Amino acid sequence: MKELEFPFDSEFIIKKRKSLKRKLLADGNSRIKKKIAVFGGSTTNDIVVYLDLFLLNYGIEAEFYQSEYAQYWQDAMFPSEELLSFAPDIVLIHTTNRNINTYPTTADSREQVSELLETEYARFEQMWQKIAETYHCPIIQNNFEMPFYRLMGNKDCSDYRGRSNFITRLNEKFYEYADKTEGFYINDINFISASYGLQKWSDPSYWNMYKYAMCIDAIPEFSFNLANIIKSVFGKNKKVLALDLDNTLWGGVVGDDGVDGIQIGQETGVSQSYYEFQSYVKSLKSLGVILTVCSKNDHENAIAGLNHPEGALRPDDFIIIKANWENKDRNIIGTANELNVLPDSVVFADDNPAEREIVRAQVAGAAVPEMDSVENYIINLDRNGYFEVTNFSADDLKRNDMYKANAQRAAQQASFADYGEYLLSLDMNAVIDDFTPVYLQRITQLTNKSNQFNVTTKRYTLSEMEEVFKSEDYIRLYGKLTDKFGDNGVVSVVIGHKNKEVLDIDLWLMSCRVLKRDMELAMLDRLVERSHEQEIKTIRGYYYPTAKNKMVKDLYDRFGFEKISEDENGNTIWELSVEGYKAQNKVIKVGGNEPTD
Amino acid sequence: MDNKEIYERLNEVFRDVFDDEDIVVKADTTADDIEDWDSLEHITLISAVEREFKVKFKMGEISSMKNVGEMAQIIAERAK
Repeated sequence: MKELEFPFDSEFIIKKRKSLKRKLLADGNSRIKKKIAVFGGSTTNDIVVYLDLFLLNYGIEAEFYQSEYAQYWQDAMFPSEELLSFAPDIVLIHTTNRNINTYPTTADSREQVSELLETEYARFEQMWQKIAETYHCPIIQNNFEMPFYRLMGNKDCSDYRGRSNFITRLNEKFYEYADKTEGFYINDINFISASYGLQKWSDPSYWNMYKYAMCIDAIPEFSFNLANIIKSVFGKNKKVLALDLDNTLWGGVVGDDGVDGIQIGQETGVSQSYYEFQSYVKSLKSLGVILTVCSKNDHENAIAGLNHPEGALRPDDFIIIKANWENKDRNIIGTANELNVLPDSVVFADDNPAEREIVRAQVAGAAVPEMDSVENYIINLDRNGYFEVTNFSADDLKRNDMYKANAQRAAQQASFADYGEYLLSLDMNAVIDDFTPVYLQRITQLTNKSNQFNVTTKRYTLSEMEEVFKSEDYIRLYGKLTDKFGDNGVVSVVIGHKNKEVLDIDLWLMSCRVLKRDMELAMLDRLVERSHEQEIKTIRGYYYPTAKNKMVKDLYDRFGFEKISEDENGNTIWELSVEGYKAQNKVIKVGGNEPTD
Repeated sequence: MDNKEIYERLNEVFRDVFDDEDIVVKADTTADDIEDWDSLEHITLISAVEREFKVKFKMGEISSMKNVGEMAQIIAERAK
């Protein structure tokens, strides 16, 4: 919904909050359900109202628990029955500088202030650990905004007795904890309040009258920022940035003005703005965002423009370049298909409002930011949080290389008449074995973002996955696939829980980047082998249909399972006898984990 | 700005905030007359009224306003 995308009109959202919610709930989109506990150090009602709207817009239907006023610490440390049975999927700790108990005074010594810092900090760390132990779920913690007055003036920031200085040091300690703790995220209100305007943000009348730690008009921005973290944690980030060229990546029209005539580089203010945008886009690539081109242009002109010596981007920064005269909505869908991602994981950036409108109307779920003038391009992409980083795995760094290798494989495939021969030529090697700690993050990430090749669409948080990893009751497999073009990383996960002589499959997923490579057969072979070793007689599979996982409707049938039941919603149950199973993979060489000491 | 215009615009704000097209506010309307008007919604309402008329209520005024009439009076005095 455009009203809920940056830059949004907070006044409008505040005024129309009820009708916006009504519209969102009536739009017929399917949403994942999540339970969110909000532990507040100030009033949180309106924060929850707008958070709810932004999350609904991201496809998340949240149920909320809110602390009684300012009871965040008590709720965290001494959870009530109500809270325990609520069992949150994520906990938000909404504290601000109003919740710092004791600030330094000018009479304090350096040591006293350091002690004070430790005392303030310890109270928080104690709380985080307690929450993690109790709920095994991700935690989002606000950092602190700067105080709205400075007792010592400018020296307040550098003197150890200054409040600004104290808050900065406390924030540093929060960051150290965040850096070493998985599933713990900082909501950067220090940035958001500065960006909004600290003076307006901290208008003390809202605290004194309503016990809000920020002004009412700032709450939508606050909640939006929070929603971006939450949707990222639950796997709703975008993956692809599809860019127009003329007047998007450079000023002017390369087909009309020629390569020498386009504006990019250091010559003028305008060309510098485009250069800055190209540099930003290039940095996105280093985060694992897949870049593609979607431009109405002759292909050779597009390449010539991208080869402009003053530009920051190069043609090979893009995995797919669609420079043609086809409608853009079709090109976007084509791009998504070629990359094996869903069209709703694409962000389309184009300066032309008519093109944006077509894509917005025709490609359901694709994000289409306003790109009205080059000086706003970066901020409009950045603040929308499309690629908000919560878990940054080694795979993210390599993603572009992997997609590039995929393009080479496609080229090679064209030269083989027989598909089996092609698969053999790829020289594939897999590691398929029980989970190891280094891959837990990637495995969890996969459970949250695989939608298509996923029979149960069961999502796990990192702490839930750690529980599975530690338990004796499961047979777990991850699969990693390498071929002559490169390493695809961890691409498949299977989790089954043992139920006497039956193994019930909780999860079977595979990344679409390795579709049609027989990787699923290699996984099955290993699963049967492990089941046999653990005296399992029957493997039982479940398929739960969603809007996105049709491709695995018949997966168990293809595997040779027998259908046991099917209900009116299309949920099916399948069984396979371990005895007499014959290995099916013939094209991938399979090994196991490196032995550890 | 005359009283009639103030009430018309106030009415729109009330309808938006409480998402109820049937609301008609009068000078003696109070929180008791509108079902959803509790202390939390009051905050949203005040903020929306301030936006609509480009005025800022003083802290003392917000806590002492007794009905819509008093709100309208402050707006009439201060709004341009």
